[in-house]
Amino acid sequence: MDISIIHVTLFVLAIFLGFELITKVPPTLHTPLMSGSNAISGITLVGAILAAGHGGDQTLVNVLGFLAVALATINVVGGFMVTNRMLAMFKRKD
Amino acid sequence: MSQNIIEIAYIVAAALFILGIKGLSKPKTAVRGNQLAAVGMLVAIVVTLVNSSVVSYEWIVAGAIVGAIVGATLAVKIQMTAMPQLIAVLNGFGGGASLTVAAAEFTKSQPTDVMNTVAQMTDHVTGGMGTFAMIATGLAVFIGSVTLTGSFVAFAKLQELIDGQPKGFPGMKALNALLLIGSLITIGYLTVDPTNTTLFWGLVGAACIMGILLVMPIGGADMPVVISLLNSYSGIAAAAAGFVMGNSVLIIAGSLVGASGIILTQIMCVAMNRSLTNVLFGVMAEAGEAMDADEVYAGKVKASSPEEVAMMLDTARRVVIVPGFGLAMAQAQHAVRDLADSMEAMGIEVEYAIHPVAGRMPGHMNVLLAEAEVSYDKLKEMDEINPTFEQTDVVIVIGANDVTNPMAREDKGSPIYGMPILNVDKAKTVVVVKRSLSAGFAGLPNPLFAKDNTLMLFGDGKTAILELTKHLNES
Repeated sequence: MDISIIHVTLFVLAIFLGFELITKVPPTLHTPLMSGSNAISGITLVGAILAAGHGGDQTLVNVLGFLAVALATINVVGGFMVTNRMLAMFKRKD
Repeated sequence: MSQNIIEIAYIVAAALFILGIKGLSKPKTAVRGNQLAAVGMLVAIVVTLVNSSVVSYEWIVAGAIVGAIVGATLAVKIQMTAMPQLIAVLNGFGGGASLTVAAAEFTKSQPTDVMNTVAQMTDHVTGGMGTFAMIATGLAVFIGSVTLTGSFVAFAKLQELIDGQPKGFPGMKALNALLLIGSLITIGYLTVDPTNTTLFWGLVGAACIMGILLVMPIGGADMPVVISLLNSYSGIAAAAAGFVMGNSVLIIAGSLVGASGIILTQIMCVAMNRSLTNVLFGVMAEAGEAMDADEVYAGKVKASSPEEVAMMLDTARRVVIVPGFGLAMAQAQHAVRDLADSMEAMGIEVEYAIHPVAGRMPGHMNVLLAEAEVSYDKLKEMDEINPTFEQTDVVIVIGANDVTNPMAREDKGSPIYGMPILNVDKAKTVVVVKRSLSAGFAGLPNPLFAKDNTLMLFGDGKTAILELTKHLNES
């Protein structure tokens, strides 16, 4: 079996899983959820690392890889930290 | 490290993302959910770094340092009121990352000069991507570019760098349709001719323009929906990049985010009684039959003073506070909490009415009031608080407008007709704290301001509330 078929399978199943996970969120947590899931979409960082670290000597590839790592890291670091900051406010009153 | 161990680690990371999102769905587990997702990210990054196909680290380290500094600075410095803009920007960067990853892979697949010479001599073209990878690359680049420029237009509108009003020109929809069809044809053509770099960068340019054109005609009021939708796009772009790299964790995490963004977008549209199509394409068509503001307000608006309102609160038994985006703009959340404390000390029952789309994001008001340490159980949602307005002595509306507009209930011709609103006009007295009589995001006059039981308290939200508290404590 072709590996891309397995990937398409993963894709379809994950979409369904995502729908089921999100339907049960109270409105209060929508903003933290949006920024939290936004941070998860920074998973592109994994692809960026693979692109930036391949060790070739094509300048354009290296520059694009560098840009990809920088942008994805902003997304990941900023996203998780700001979500944590928002949620800490909810927690304090407990 | 063997490929099997890497794949197992990726599945662990994906499971942590799923647990993380599940945790984020309940107030009690939200903090842990976010931490679980962050751990999942760390696992995925670490195993990728030790992957045998990663051989040089200088570009990675440079990018990671720049990204970590910028990301952490943004997260720590940002005002809570500017949260929607920040999410828009982070989202744009996410889309940009997927775009650059796919572009790097495409560039890497191009034949070198030597191969080109050989190709000319033998008349046999080599290099370039396979069909499946090329389609995935095309989609990642296309969706990533739309997300990048679209998010930055959303940011500029929320930050008020550009006018929040819908902007457009005749033939805009046709141009967008043309760009979309052109882009899809280009992706199709690239599968046949995968070494055509000019066409590839043309695709990037067309998608960037499309991102701008798609968000420009959408008004400031609808930006939350747009950000939520773009959040979904950035997930899909990450998943497409996952197909390019043949990487399972990118595909799973990307599609989880893609699905979540679409559901959240849907919930927000339902709260505003609009369809997604209407939000995205309907605004320009609706212009025209606007109600004349002077006609609504003329001679009927009563301005009040903090002293007068304080005297009224003195005899009240139940007060409901309705916060809106103006509260965020004026940074009045702490002042409001102090006012509520003073009232509670006098034995007044105080609750907050939170409209699902108050502010610029769902939950925006909850975050702000939580910052001021307002107790969670005092924040009431629309369906819960609406039946109680008739037993409420005073409603204080702070910087909210469209979500209290009775036209949504009464005027069938109104563009917001049918949108569920907070029925504040049923209370004995409504005090509206507002800078002026200017219209809200929907651009409509609000007949609430002209009602007999409404008093306007003009001025900056924070100053007005502070004054009010002062007079209340003195009385």
